[in-house]
Amino acid sequence: MTTVESFEARPRVHVHPLFVRVFHWLNALGIFLMIASGWRIYNASPVFESLDFTFPNSVTLGGWLGGALQWHFAAMWLLVLNFLMYLALGLASGHLRRRLTPVSPHAVATDLGRALQGKLPHSGTTYNAVQKASYIGVLIAILVTIISGACVWKPVQLQELASLMGGYEGARVVHFFGMTAISAFILMHLALVLIVPSTLFPMIVGWTRKDNHDEI
Amino acid sequence: MKSKLLLPQSSTLLNVERRLFLKRSLSLGALAMLTGCDATDPTISERILGAMSKWNDEVQLAIFNPNKLAPVYTEADITDPFPFNAFYTEDEVTTVEEAGYSLELGGLIANKASWTLERLRALPQVSQITRHICVEGWSAIGKWGGVNFGDFLRLVGADTSAKYVGFKCADDYYSSIDMATALHPQTILALTFRDKVLPVKYGFPMKLRVPTKLGFKNPKHIMSMYVTNDYPGGYWEDQGYNWFSGS
Repeated sequence: MTTVESFEARPRVHVHPLFVRVFHWLNALGIFLMIASGWRIYNASPVFESLDFTFPNSVTLGGWLGGALQWHFAAMWLLVLNFLMYLALGLASGHLRRRLTPVSPHAVATDLGRALQGKLPHSGTTYNAVQKASYIGVLIAILVTIISGACVWKPVQLQELASLMGGYEGARVVHFFGMTAISAFILMHLALVLIVPSTLFPMIVGWTRKDNHDEI
Repeated sequence: MKSKLLLPQSSTLLNVERRLFLKRSLSLGALAMLTGCDATDPTISERILGAMSKWNDEVQLAIFNPNKLAPVYTEADITDPFPFNAFYTEDEVTTVEEAGYSLELGGLIANKASWTLERLRALPQVSQITRHICVEGWSAIGKWGGVNFGDFLRLVGADTSAKYVGFKCADDYYSSIDMATALHPQTILALTFRDKVLPVKYGFPMKLRVPTKLGFKNPKHIMSMYVTNDYPGGYWEDQGYNWFSGS
């Protein structure tokens, strides 16, 4: 444990640019609204009838199917526009390439092994291979969920796209598993933030103090 | 209030785990509160969500391709039995007698003479096997036959530059669609289901079959229809379902 004085004395290290932080928190809000309302919509007609699984209404948003649909189709604009803006800025600025590549299956396997042994150092500015793979994975999951959601919403206008997923019913299944993948990421993400709480501050203000990761 | 739902249920949690869980509950609770200011104030949330739904109506009308056909299926794909669906149960279904029935026309229509089923059956008939998609999420494939609705509108001299076509039904249901969808080649006044007279449970004497819209935009037991520029709403639409609800 370091003292406040010595922490304050260290130089600031920029971790997350402003556009990433804006995206992150708007995305968190958007994903929360979409999942909470989506669960209510799911409950009206569960995708897998044989499973007989529904979400507790108490953790859903909207109060009834119509309300949940209103939330879902309002929040989708926030989620999609924010996501597209992030991809555009992230790709154009080279930020995504710098932070999330290179990443190889071998590096992921190595770092995963180290992480499970508790030997994986965590740095605020450089992602390890497991982080890179997770962030790329959740970005793909969000993209797939958006595309499949568009197909569920517009199975006639977007029928060519929907047919790639097996049509309307196939798109529903893809949309459900996209949500599941995002939810799994969120659980892991929140758990890791609890384990390494010093990562939360930079996602709000953008910077941390040098050698912050030594405190872990 | 919302964060209460996220409190741990079990007292067997270890202290550390419990603390972690509470920490997470707090952040989730804070997130819930961000949205809670809308969720707990019906006027603000209703206004925002209502405005967004109207915006989505405009977007859907803009992206609606009047020539894009809904996918069609084969006889073998038809869902059997085809589900009954209404805002009441099947034993409460409204029975309309053919004797004395005629479809009433109103609004911006030149020839408002009503139409008996006999006269409608004498018009050229079309049929389609398409997917009915319910707002709840489930879908089912059925076969409907009847009169091409666009042809019918032109036949009776409807003002096809008007915005809406509204429907009033024998079961007190009502709904309305945009003119672009009304003129879509697959929108039909359905008089048959699977080549037989439309059964009572599927909407006798007639149902509007719109494969480019959700199921609740396919009114059954239609008694009258009218063309208008004044937004007519609908049974579910007035309660919050999106009005356009296009596929």
